Amino acid sequence: MMAKITLDNLAHSYLAQPRSDDDFALKELNHDWADGEAYALLGSSGCGKSTLLNIISGLLIPSQGRVLFDGRDVTHAPTAERNIAQVFQFPVVYDTMTVRENLAFPLKNRGMDAAEIARRVQRVGKMIDMEAQLNHKARGLTADAKQKISLGRGMVREDVNALLFDEPLTVIDPHMKWELRTQLKKLHHDFGHTMIYVTHDQTEALTFADKVVVMYDGRVVQIGTPQELFERPAHTFVGYFIGSPGMNLFDAQVDGRTARINGTPVDLGHSYRADGAMQIGVRPEFIRLSTTEDGIPARIRRVEDVGRHKILRLEVNGHEINAISGEGDVIPEGANRITFAPEGVNVYANDWRISPLGEAA
Amino acid sequence: MNKTVNQKAWFLVLPVLLLVAFSAVIPLMTVVNYSVQDTFGNNQFFWAGLDWFRDMLSSERMWDALVRQLIFSAIILAIEIPLGIFVALNMPKRGFWSSFCLVTMSLPLLIPWNVVGTIWQIFGRVDIGLLGYTLDALGIDYNYTQNTIDAWVTVIVMDVWHWTSLVALLAYAGLRSIPDAYYQAAKIDQASRWAVFRYIELPKMAGVLMIAILLRFMDSFMIYTEPFVVTGGGPGNATTFLSIDLVKMALGQFDLGPAAAFSLMYFLVILLISWVFYTVMTNLDKRDGAQ
Repeated sequence: MMAKITLDNLAHSYLAQPRSDDDFALKELNHDWADGEAYALLGSSGCGKSTLLNIISGLLIPSQGRVLFDGRDVTHAPTAERNIAQVFQFPVVYDTMTVRENLAFPLKNRGMDAAEIARRVQRVGKMIDMEAQLNHKARGLTADAKQKISLGRGMVREDVNALLFDEPLTVIDPHMKWELRTQLKKLHHDFGHTMIYVTHDQTEALTFADKVVVMYDGRVVQIGTPQELFERPAHTFVGYFIGSPGMNLFDAQVDGRTARINGTPVDLGHSYRADGAMQIGVRPEFIRLSTTEDGIPARIRRVEDVGRHKILRLEVNGHEINAISGEGDVIPEGANRITFAPEGVNVYANDWRISPLGEAA
Repeated sequence: MNKTVNQKAWFLVLPVLLLVAFSAVIPLMTVVNYSVQDTFGNNQFFWAGLDWFRDMLSSERMWDALVRQLIFSAIILAIEIPLGIFVALNMPKRGFWSSFCLVTMSLPLLIPWNVVGTIWQIFGRVDIGLLGYTLDALGIDYNYTQNTIDAWVTVIVMDVWHWTSLVALLAYAGLRSIPDAYYQAAKIDQASRWAVFRYIELPKMAGVLMIAILLRFMDSFMIYTEPFVVTGGGPGNATTFLSIDLVKMALGQFDLGPAAAFSLMYFLVILLISWVFYTVMTNLDKRDGAQ
């Protein structure tokens, strides 16, 4: 029943006659969503996440390209034919129905028999912790109760090709968020649906998904495991967006193994070919303070102790840079330089990560 | 928080009190005054007690007018509300044609009532009116000045023409307030067109529809100008609704006492029906929410 979803040359513009790349809300994209995998679609608001989701579910017809379910072209097929469940950012409930009727609605519309509906509604009612309210009208409920119903209507269908979530936990309070996310993971584990979970919250994305798809400005900039996104951000946006605080970027001149940052030479450990605007990206976790003469001059402006570790706010040539040091580490007296741990250095040309020469990408 | 007590604040209510007194209370009291007195002219009045009320309650003329009025309002509501919803559902949602429809449909609402009456009076005439002449040419026997059914049909079609737009505009406003996510969720849930109407659109329109029903009920129950211009209450008394009868009595026959008693009862009937309707609707609402 479940399916591999293929996006083939897909792009979408909300304008009738898009002229330039900027007119596209979703830029050309080729991707396979593997059957049974849990994906998170991560990006800031307006980057095309919801557009992509609506194209997959059939609420939107793309201006270019094809959508395939297991090789079958469904680009122009209506939502009903695709058998997909989708949960939206803002709760949608049928006001005049009870909670039970709300949960049963998608099954009833598909002509399922009453006993099976009752069984599934009971199961989902328990999952969303609303068993006691099944006979209440949906109208008077709070926003997060309504959103739980919306989630429930998605989860009640066990035979879907894919489950799509469009920032579904925005209106839910933090404690319930954990609870529901755990339930979603359990659902994924039990039924093995392909799940695509749209969010702008990196924690949510990283804890939910096997693979995270990062979008920026209508483009997919990286698809990878949480570890890959952390260690090897393919685009400066990924570095900046994932991590807390995000990756530091230094403008640099790169020549073979050496980068010069504000005139200070830094050994990169590998050779790179300079091409366009070059930047060195280093996550705060990989920045060390130094009291010796090596390293880039820096001034400590502030130390924030967040409990697990300390965040150092530094100034390097007029730019703010962040570093993280262990909770127990002593900040050395007179530290006025920083160095990079070699394994944490990434090199970017025009915002895209480049691989060292002689190494595959 | 400490509230300052200052009895002088009552003076701030005074302007409103005066305004309401002059605009509503005093005129109403004049009517009450007339309803309990009799006059033979010369501005001389005699106490009549509740005689006029008793007279009116046993007056066949008033009961007939009331029955006609109720039938008229019922027919109007039964046509205009569903038709208005139907029109609203089929209007374009955005773009040029949506504005075009809104403007076109507002036009009948802007025409003065007696002009509407005149338009239909001429429109329906068999000798020079487009409608009357066409029907006549098609061999349909139509004459609103002589045939009761024809007169009713004309008055009702006129009211539908004049006021369905109002219901449609209100319903349209209700529909436009439904976020797209509802329709998208309904698609995902594979809801039929009927289910979308029944479970999404109708509940979201309920508030404005209640206002539409109240407005159309009150207006149609008080209707005067248009049928008066078209049929003058005829043929016979066939289209003599409450207001027409009231004016005949008060100004035509100058029976101020009975007419005043009549108006008070008329007023109370409208108030009563509106109140019952409103209470029932809001209670239905509350019961829904609580359960």
